[in-house]
Amino acid sequence: MILGIDTSIGTAVAIVDPDGAVRAEAESADSRGHAEVIGELIVRALSAAGVRGSDITAVAAGMGPGPFTGLRVGIAAARAFALGRGIPLVPVASHDAAALARMRPGSGFAAPLEGEPIAIVTDARRRELAVSVYRVEGGLPVRIIDPHLVARASTEVVPLFGAPAAELDETTRISAVALARVAASRLRAGDPGDAAVEPLYLRAPDVTLPAGPKKVGS
Amino acid sequence: MSAAIRRDEPLVLGIETSCDETGIGIVRGRTLLSNTIASSMAEHARYGGVVPEVAARAHLEALQPAIEAAVAEAGVSLNDLDAVAVTSGPGLAGALMVGVGAAKSLAVALDKPLYAVNHLVGHIAADILTGDDVEYPTVALLVSGGHTSLLLVRDLVSDVEMLGETMDDAAGEAFDKIARILGLPYPGGPEIDRAAATGDPNAIRFPRGMSRASDMAAHRYDFSFSGLKTAVARWIEQREAAGEPVPVADVAASFREAVVDVLVTKALDACAQHGVPRLLLGGGVVANRRLREVALERAAAAGVAVRIPPLSLCTDNGAMIAALAAELIAGGAAPSTLAFGADSTLPVTEIQVRR
Ligand SMILES: [Zn+2]
Repeated sequence: MILGIDTSIGTAVAIVDPDGAVRAEAESADSRGHAEVIGELIVRALSAAGVRGSDITAVAAGMGPGPFTGLRVGIAAARAFALGRGIPLVPVASHDAAALARMRPGSGFAAPLEGEPIAIVTDARRRELAVSVYRVEGGLPVRIIDPHLVARASTEVVPLFGAPAAELDETTRISAVALARVAASRLRAGDPGDAAVEPLYLRAPDVTLPAGPKKVGS
Repeated sequence: MSAAIRRDEPLVLGIETSCDETGIGIVRGRTLLSNTIASSMAEHARYGGVVPEVAARAHLEALQPAIEAAVAEAGVSLNDLDAVAVTSGPGLAGALMVGVGAAKSLAVALDKPLYAVNHLVGHIAADILTGDDVEYPTVALLVSGGHTSLLLVRDLVSDVEMLGETMDDAAGEAFDKIARILGLPYPGGPEIDRAAATGDPNAIRFPRGMSRASDMAAHRYDFSFSGLKTAVARWIEQREAAGEPVPVADVAASFREAVVDVLVTKALDACAQHGVPRLLLGGGVVANRRLREVALERAAAAGVAVRIPPLSLCTDNGAMIAALAAELIAGGAAPSTLAFGADSTLPVTEIQVRR
């Protein structure tokens, strides 16, 4: 059974079977407070699935993009769980989960057609958006443009979608079920990915280099 | 959660991520099994101080290797643990959250109780890992790049009082800033110490913050280092304006003397006023040789016994967090719930965060 944890927007936890069947889902939409809720949501998912920590066989970690402070909480939790149980950690781009979720009826988005592109757009704060592009192949999204930041005013994706990213449907929730399903298919393919890979920060740390000593005058 | 926790000699893993050290400690009761520290200090050097986002990123990368190294050094398995402990605050919020997220998940994965504890009280708990008999009450002076606090500890797990703290910069920060003014690298503490070695501590009389008679009513045990920093900067500017060379060794020694004087004076004043003949030093600034010298000398004259744990237990570390949790467990404290968060301003009276 795969435990999926994503804190790139809210806090989402899910447990799915290796074949992708949902066992439990627990989440909080709050875009803050990830550290407060993460433990209880994992406990809630385990108990809703009627399993114990020792029944989990792999952990999927949502690697973003997303606001850093919250994003790290889920990755830290996913890694710690995998370490505690001695099981594989599968890092998954959160946008990959969002793209997979689009393929299901009832996703709230128009059903994508075979061969057509899908844009996953999430808020990156500071008047920027995080954008990834997928194409539907064999009923599954295949990433063709990796997650990157664009200005809200950017027209970069107009040739693909006939509209700028800011006018496309924005993803405001990442499904931990979809995240765990992406991990499940990677595990089936024998390609879990590098567990120690860095989060998709897409931005250098905010630092103001200290100026030289300031004059204080006399 | 698991069945009743063993109260004697519990095996506890502590996670500390409040500033720029990722600390993982493992203790069995009062016995230290591992004190593993990964520091991101070098990454902050070019910025002249700890950059919160850089620290938080480094914690995330360092946590798993540090836990693995600690477990290997301690010769235990994670499944052997009786409890997991974590710093809930005070500290840098984004940095604390990395540790909190990891600790909660680790505790759930292992089905072990979790103890969320206070970083400052952790510094005091470090002392019990020295193997000596520790007596309370004691006054504790905790000085680092992140805090400058004077505490009265009547009981480690139930009664810690904040007597005073810095109103502006931490003492360690003051060292960093003066080092920068003098053109010395980060971190400033050891650099100032080195530069001061050949200087005269009485060459320049720099101000002692919060020490005027008018300060003593409301801020008897509080500290302030921003005025000192300004005074040093102004003194150097005047020298330069007059076209005279800056005597770096004398400035460093005199600055250090001003910091050390005010720290030790207030700490011993607290001992005298509270009738406590014991003083514990903690925090990274304990590495400062002059601070140790002056504290030992003046405390001896005042009949106060000084305790200084080894430096590896004075700087931020996970062993002190595990040690505090082990004491809480021995005292019968119930685990924390999983609902607590990172609290960057956690008051010292909240030794364990239960909710
Ligand atoms: Zn500290």
